[in-house]
Amino acid sequence: MSKNNEKYGLLINYEFCTGCHSCETACKVENKLTYGQWGIKVAKDGPRQLENGKFEFINVPIPTSLCNLCEDRVNMGKLPSCVQHCQAAVMFYGPVKELADKMSEKPLQVIFTPV
Amino acid sequence: MAYEISEYYKKHKGEAQWQDGEYTCTRTTMWSGPGCHNGCGVVYYTKNGKVEKIEGDPYNPFNLGKLCMRCINYVEAADSNDRLKWPLKRVGERGENKWERISWDEAYDIIVEKVNGIKKDYGPESIVCMEGTGRNVIWQVPYLCYAAFGSPNFTLGFLSGESCSMPRLVTEAVTEGEFTFGDYSAHFPDRYENPNWKLPEVILLWGQNAIISNPDSSLGHWIVECMKRGSKLIVVDPMLTWLAAKADIWLRVRPGTDAALAMAMNDVIIKEDLYDHAFVEKWCHGFDDFAERVATMPPERAAEICWIPKDTIVEAARLYGKAERGAGTWGVSVDMAQCGISAAQAINALWAICGNLDKPGGQSIIRYAFDQGLAYDYGIEILPPEVTAKRIGMDLPLKQFGFGATAHSDTLLKVIEAGGVPYPIKMFWFQSTNPIANMGAEAPRLYKAIKTADFNVVVDMFMTPTAVAFADLVLPCAMSSERWSQRNWWMPTASIRKVASYYEAKSDEQLILELGKRFSPELFPWKDDKEWIDWIISDQTSKMGMTFDELCDVVCQYEDFEYYKYEKGMLRPDGKPGFNTPTGKVELKLSLFEAWGLDPLPWYQEPPESPYSTPELHKKYPLVLTTGHRSWEFFHSEHRQLKLNREFHPDPMIKMNPETAAKFGVKEGDWVWVENYRGRFKQKVKYEMLHPGVVNAEHGWWFPEKEAAEPSLYGVFDSNCNNLTTMCQNGPTGYGAPYKNQLCTVYKVTEENSKIMPTEQVTRLGGFNYVQK
Repeated sequence: MSKNNEKYGLLINYEFCTGCHSCETACKVENKLTYGQWGIKVAKDGPRQLENGKFEFINVPIPTSLCNLCEDRVNMGKLPSCVQHCQAAVMFYGPVKELADKMSEKPLQVIFTPV
Repeated sequence: MAYEISEYYKKHKGEAQWQDGEYTCTRTTMWSGPGCHNGCGVVYYTKNGKVEKIEGDPYNPFNLGKLCMRCINYVEAADSNDRLKWPLKRVGERGENKWERISWDEAYDIIVEKVNGIKKDYGPESIVCMEGTGRNVIWQVPYLCYAAFGSPNFTLGFLSGESCSMPRLVTEAVTEGEFTFGDYSAHFPDRYENPNWKLPEVILLWGQNAIISNPDSSLGHWIVECMKRGSKLIVVDPMLTWLAAKADIWLRVRPGTDAALAMAMNDVIIKEDLYDHAFVEKWCHGFDDFAERVATMPPERAAEICWIPKDTIVEAARLYGKAERGAGTWGVSVDMAQCGISAAQAINALWAICGNLDKPGGQSIIRYAFDQGLAYDYGIEILPPEVTAKRIGMDLPLKQFGFGATAHSDTLLKVIEAGGVPYPIKMFWFQSTNPIANMGAEAPRLYKAIKTADFNVVVDMFMTPTAVAFADLVLPCAMSSERWSQRNWWMPTASIRKVASYYEAKSDEQLILELGKRFSPELFPWKDDKEWIDWIISDQTSKMGMTFDELCDVVCQYEDFEYYKYEKGMLRPDGKPGFNTPTGKVELKLSLFEAWGLDPLPWYQEPPESPYSTPELHKKYPLVLTTGHRSWEFFHSEHRQLKLNREFHPDPMIKMNPETAAKFGVKEGDWVWVENYRGRFKQKVKYEMLHPGVVNAEHGWWFPEKEAAEPSLYGVFDSNCNNLTTMCQNGPTGYGAPYKNQLCTVYKVTEENSKIMPTEQVTRLGGFNYVQK
């Protein structure tokens, strides 16, 4: 929750998440998380073959209870570390209302509101 | 979708350095080691001479603020207590891992004495210098070899057939006289917004999982950005990678048959009249002969060879052939077959006949920025011609004519095994290379060969299996944040700024310069590493019009880029339009190959060991083994000591189709032995979508957590896929080697069959001939 009580979150365009682990690593390093602990974790489905012969391979990074949306970074004017370093540039940070507008622009997106 | 720049970084726009509380923040370039082939922009946060944090630099057009996990975890590597801290001299026997600390001066004294002794007794050519992948030692180690030691024998580790990039680069050099890269807007600092750039309609990604491997010219995720904007994708890969799953067409090629596939695609495009007539008529040489040759590989025939349905090959050819703009990126898989040169030739021809060369959104012709061009032959002209003539492998046609500025690794091995004919090899200088863990095919054979040398030096960041097994001296090398250097590999030219230090570790430039001064001070006139780099930037790169300090202030500098250079007379030394080849055209039929007595047209040959070339062997070893698949966590044999990277990827993995695993009585997570008649190694089964007849093993594995001293040697041969690959099976040019197309079988690891581990077998029991199953 920001100073003006607006709810913030992460929008993820999972159509293009490559599963590169940058968000997971950025979070672990930023928050000094120990072995086995994750502030964000990539869930993977696939690759699977569909009935039409095409393939599905989905990666979705899921913020956990350890995600505080990089409060300290955000307070100094930075982006959350996962968002900044996302190699596929598929993660966005902002007020949920703005993210929801963005979400309506294309399918295969999710919004997370971890804290 | 826009790349967002945070308020914090907007505040520091244009600043190369600023203070943030107790941190000094520095914008510069990260280049290995450890790392990769890219040169991403970073911001280092330093305190008391140590890097405490690293972030991507949002203002760097190359990576736009993004970083991969290896860079994000850079501090764990740089700060690791396991790093080499000062020079070490061997005190026990080789392999015992017993060392004493010495000073740099003592180390230099020993090297000078040994090198001068070898030069006097055997000649300078008895000294071989090696590095691993190019990266930040691309020109420094060659210069040491030529200018300080006076030897022509600089090689790329024991890279068989020089089959990493060299076959592709050599083929491009004889075909169009230039190098090309898929155009993902990399030539412009304003990237995707540049008005001259156009989106590739289709991207042909050949033999490379680009998002993980990050090729020399580009960041793999640029392809993802193009996909977001609408580019279609054709992926040639034996495995269903994320990119292959997202592709419009996935060509699940049998490893080692890329030449046949590329020939067939050319055939379809020519037969269906999808090629660019205007370009071919005006700018290509030998089209009719080329068309006739590729007609010998119709899609029906390629379908059988490549294990791809005929219709899929035709569909892919049509998609690429009909596209207005086709960009292509290719990987080492193209090189890593005996007919690697031929595969490269046929793929290159596809780009050319479809008119994609130097077109926006096509295949850009690109040189080193500002014509700098320091590479493996930096300093070779210093050597007298009679010494250069002694370079190992000079009898190979391409070497004779100056294509490929390195000694030939396979021939080097043969020279050693022949007991030093025509001359003995007495010393190895290994700088950032770990050939028995990685890169060198047939690692156990190399182990024996390298042990025969009298004196070996290893320069690296960590103690490695190569250092423990062979070194008499081990010298600590600085990491990227600890060196003054530059990155000039294509575009842009970028500064690498020293912001930290680690004990007595020195940069590659610094230690080569200090050592070089002791041999030939006139060839090493620079005061220190920074002055050397400044000389290169100011003098060798004078077109840029900057000093090194100025480059550090702007961080990186782009050269103006123009398309259609062949029309504008920008490629030939005589200034005439055309390509820099003997005919002035793109040579679909290679006139240089013709002159050298080599087949000037593409051809296909079965891998030396395959289901069809060696059917008896295939009965015993029924799986095609492909190796070298990249992972997010590691770069070749690096990063294995980092806890965070190992948390993601603790064990070496062999990828198998679940169906294949079931057939061999194993399941995901099982440790299996992978074996052929050369040896065996063990890895853990991971299910992936591969052809049921193909398995895919990881490379570069050693275990820093295991005992260093022999026979353990960090377990370097235990999980080493190069126990099964082979040296000295090159194509007729000397290039290309079957790293990715061997045969093997797989069986479950049990206590019973694991009493003698491969490392002990190699280091203590004389090798794999003694394996008793």
